[in-house]
Amino acid sequence: MTTSEIRNPQSEIFDSNSYLNMELLRFTTAGSVDDGKSTLIGRLLYDSKSIFEDQYENIKATSERRGESTVNLALFTDGLKAEREQGITIDVAYRYFSTPKRKFIIADTPGHIQYTRNMVTGASTANLAIILVDARQGIVEQTRRHSIIASLLGIPHIAVCINKMDLVNHEEAVFNNIVAEYREFATRLKTKDIHFIPISALNGDNVVHRSENMKWCEGVTLMYLLENIHIASDINHIDMRFPVQYVVRPYSDEFHDYRGYAGRISSGVIRKGDKVIVLPSGFTSTVKSVELDGKELKEAFAPLSVTVQLEDDIDISRGDMLVREGNVPKQSQDIEAMVCWMGEKPIQLNGKYFLKHTSKEVRAVVKEIKYKMDINSLHRITENPSIGMNDVGRISLRTTAPLCFDAYTKNRDTGSFILIEEGSNVTVGACMIID
Amino acid sequence: MSYTLNHLKTLEAESIFVLREVAAQFQNPAILFSGGKDSILVTYLAKKAFYPAPIPFPLVHIDTGHNFEETITYRDNLVKKLNVKLIVGSVQESIDTGRVAEEKGYSASRIRLQTTTLLDTIEKYKFDCCMGGARRDEEKARAKERFFSHRDEFGQWDPKNQRPELWNLFNGKMQVGENFRVFPISNWTELDVWQYLAMEGIEMPSLYFSHKRRVFDRDGTLLAESPYIPMKPTEVVEEMVVRFRTIGDITSTGATLSTAATLDDIIQEVASSRTTERGGRADDKRSESSMEDRKKEGYF
Repeated sequence: MTTSEIRNPQSEIFDSNSYLNMELLRFTTAGSVDDGKSTLIGRLLYDSKSIFEDQYENIKATSERRGESTVNLALFTDGLKAEREQGITIDVAYRYFSTPKRKFIIADTPGHIQYTRNMVTGASTANLAIILVDARQGIVEQTRRHSIIASLLGIPHIAVCINKMDLVNHEEAVFNNIVAEYREFATRLKTKDIHFIPISALNGDNVVHRSENMKWCEGVTLMYLLENIHIASDINHIDMRFPVQYVVRPYSDEFHDYRGYAGRISSGVIRKGDKVIVLPSGFTSTVKSVELDGKELKEAFAPLSVTVQLEDDIDISRGDMLVREGNVPKQSQDIEAMVCWMGEKPIQLNGKYFLKHTSKEVRAVVKEIKYKMDINSLHRITENPSIGMNDVGRISLRTTAPLCFDAYTKNRDTGSFILIEEGSNVTVGACMIID
Repeated sequence: MSYTLNHLKTLEAESIFVLREVAAQFQNPAILFSGGKDSILVTYLAKKAFYPAPIPFPLVHIDTGHNFEETITYRDNLVKKLNVKLIVGSVQESIDTGRVAEEKGYSASRIRLQTTTLLDTIEKYKFDCCMGGARRDEEKARAKERFFSHRDEFGQWDPKNQRPELWNLFNGKMQVGENFRVFPISNWTELDVWQYLAMEGIEMPSLYFSHKRRVFDRDGTLLAESPYIPMKPTEVVEEMVVRFRTIGDITSTGATLSTAATLDDIIQEVASSRTTERGGRADDKRSESSMEDRKKEGYF
């Protein structure tokens, strides 16, 4: 790539009104340097004309200074000094690009087992996970681990990209064998939507442009998938859940009696006139208005942030939840959950932690450690299980006050919580509630 | 009825959520206001988040004293319009009281000195959280930043030991003396910001729009003629038609040649731009990791 080949990012495709219909897709990529992850991201950004001249000049100069013969696109994705020096990814880096159809946020995460917690962080908000497989190696431990984490974190879509097809003569049989092996393994995953794409990130085959070398491939390119995959249904629009985040009380002459409940809709739809129940108190009322910035909305849906007024003056504060009559979440002080542990000290049996769930904070005690999961095989270790940093397992907790929750598989918002270590205040556990 | 949101509405909802979390989780939070488009956006989003109540945070301006006049005029009008409290932390005062020493030479800048004034201001007013308009797409060190960024008692950022940030569950717990920096518009790009400002019809400082100005070229950056920037004998001032893509301290903010006179013109220009907005920032050109180094010391 030379500078003269750098075209104006976005310019050919830009129409000033098109952005009003652009959707946002968040995806995660996990992997180590060798499997071509950085090259793939560089390729997506370069071929979608999202690399700017000064950024390109910057990494070109660094590549030259280091005596590398080609421009190292991996430098574009590595941000911290230590990462550039060591040529590895340590932490989650966020990248942005857009095409006329969508805006994309990439959570670029490290793939080594000791960085599982960073992978989980990136996966927690993603719509789609890209899993890279080296065509020469086939499915390896890391492939399984990334897929299991994507499944555990409830990422709705997986794109398995079989990379380095140029190094196996673009052979269809190699691709088919890997797909068959992955499908066999994937029967144990919860993810329902899995796509397979043979690519060469280095040469750009099937990344943004269709491959000339793999005419046998009838599927779509990775970019086509990213631009067109149906994500609107990933959000639960059925079960209305509105955690109250903040109570708006202006105390002004004009809005003397105003009391608004501010929050972000976790799932479902909320409209004026809806009968609602306030949890945990159980009081009922009717929605008087749904608004934002003084403008009333006919209805609002997840993930919008709004302010809700009710007809009745009842005591509601942060941590309460508005739901609809006839469709209420579970309420309990006993919680069963899968945990991905991030703390330096292993999880303590009978240990006490702060627990943050939606806008509510309580304390929790670990009653039981049921098993540790081998995240390379899904095998359960039940004998004296100890869950340390980067481990995944199943635990039972008892909380100081009841939580209003749904299973994580039904609702990523009301089904997730974090554990915080007392004293250090560090986030140590990412938890997903089981039915 | 289709329940889809465009990306601007999705970003707005996320940022408002973050602003409300700050109001709920902290005792004494503030918005760091530089007068640039990003901090203007954060301020307007805060207005939306809490309406009809007033914005529950003061605006804090860390003032290098080397300002464009237009920035101060805009700031004072905004404060009046939104009825919000303004606190100014003065770098000049930090220099006068001997807290910091002014850099010398042609490329002297007060950018680095801001860190001390910022930390002193945080201490003086006992802020436990300062929100900024930093975006992850701006710069490589910022791409690794959390929404809720924990700082130790020296205000320092430890990039290798950041708290994991999962789902939308933000952990703002801390010990006495520590504080947080929070970045509500982390996920916005420069283009998103302009598209949103245009969509909302928000009035912006005149510096962002094309105007005639006396400028000179220094190492490829067009700097405004100003008593705050000593000129080398070889540098020649010329009147050009320019605008600013970012607005900060006058000594480090480069102008770009532009005829963009409206928000729509700016959107077109940004969409077809071949360089990033910080490409014109002299403060980032000092070394490959100058932003990371400044952040570790406690910079924004």
